[in-house]
Amino acid sequence: MSAPREDIPIGADEDVVRVRQIVRSFAQRAKLSLVDQTKLVTATSELARNTLTYGGGGTAVVELLGEGRRQGVRASFQDEGPGIPDLTLALTDGWTSGRGMGLGLSGARRLVDEFDLDSEVGRGTTVTVVKWSR
Amino acid sequence: MTIETGRPDNLAELLRAGAPALSARWVELVAAPLRGRVSAPELERELTELYAAVLAGVESGSRDVQAAPYAETRALLSDLSRRRARAGFTPTETAIGVFALKQALFELVDRAEVDGSLGDVAAFSLLLDNLGLLTFETYAKAREEVIDEQAEQLLELTTPVVKLWDGVLAVPLVGTLDSARTQVVMEKLLEALVSTGAAHAIIDITGVLAVDTQVAQHLLKTVMAARLMGAECTISGIRPHIAQTIVGLGIEFGDITTKASLADALRHALRRSGVDVVAAQRGR
Ligand SMILES: Nc1ncnc2c1ncn2[C@@H]1O[C@H](COP(=O)(O)OP(=O)(O)OP(=O)(O)O)[C@@H](O)[C@H]1O
Ligand SMILES: [Mg+2]
Repeated sequence: MSAPREDIPIGADEDVVRVRQIVRSFAQRAKLSLVDQTKLVTATSELARNTLTYGGGGTAVVELLGEGRRQGVRASFQDEGPGIPDLTLALTDGWTSGRGMGLGLSGARRLVDEFDLDSEVGRGTTVTVVKWSR
Repeated sequence: MTIETGRPDNLAELLRAGAPALSARWVELVAAPLRGRVSAPELERELTELYAAVLAGVESGSRDVQAAPYAETRALLSDLSRRRARAGFTPTETAIGVFALKQALFELVDRAEVDGSLGDVAAFSLLLDNLGLLTFETYAKAREEVIDEQAEQLLELTTPVVKLWDGVLAVPLVGTLDSARTQVVMEKLLEALVSTGAAHAIIDITGVLAVDTQVAQHLLKTVMAARLMGAECTISGIRPHIAQTIVGLGIEFGDITTKASLADALRHALRRSGVDVVAAQRGR
């Protein structure tokens, strides 16, 4: 049996809601605590919305991870949008190129256990986060 | 006459000659399963129109339902399917409207009441299959439209602004908040502040699953807008796991009053408007 995994296209507002719902159900299956579930759901909500708003849409992949006795959830957000020219700036609290609070990326990083941001100008952006059960 | 499919048939002749018998039997067959949910005159009108359109298409020589000669047929069919979908008919009940014409032709040919060759019947059968598929497509689209509309109505219905006390309004936020929903709630609250002249508003988020930057931004903007209108806004029901997440994100609610529960928020609002709530037995 292959590991549980869900691919979710992100092209509209309601897809962000769908990502949240699917991540929540994966987080429950991985037996994350309520706080950790909420942190992961909130982080992925931010990343999904960035994919939609700045990446012009893309895909989310949500996977259940098992490593020894702990379980976790990995969520990855991929787009082929304009990319991020200055990663440090983008990860600065309060910096936004649009009309947001500028807290989505930096906040998401604080809410998860593993955070990986990969972006190339003109090619697109991929952000991957992992949250483990304790 | 040009024949696009290259298969000459007598279909046009057959449909013209058999028109009265065919369309009468067609109406009969369609009426049975719909059992009075569409009135007989209405059904007759619908199908007579449709029959004429199909005949015109067939007379053009084309057998391709996507081609121009069938534009009228397609328009009528999609109207009909949309009406059925909206009236709550099943896809089968809708498509039967098309497929029944096939049966009508089979019956009449079988009883030799009209003069049709196997080739004619096969050609017609194929044509109607394709038209039947068209009704499915329109039906599905129309159902989606209905569902979207219902979701919108639900959105309106599930965002009640309630008056807790003289001059105190409250709006409970529930479930998964998307941008559209939060926006509607916040607009309703501001409208209600204007129409009631209330001086206090409480936004209760006990039922909210997660607060992300977008929801937070809507909340903050609403509180600011309420202030500009001379009203004070309190946010209540921030549960521990939500609070921790908000802090993790780095959102600051600044000088906005927050209370653990709706009751606390109400007590606060009342005190601010000069009403003090005390337990009865403690009275002097
Ligand atoms: N997928 C992406 N593609 C291109 N640029 C992005 C992407 N994600 C983020 N960015 C850039 O990084 C900036 C910071 O993102 P962040 O999510 O922290 O803030 P925001 O989306 O502007 O506001 P908030 O998320 O607080 O509502 C964005 O303004 C945008 O310029
Ligand atoms: Mg963002």
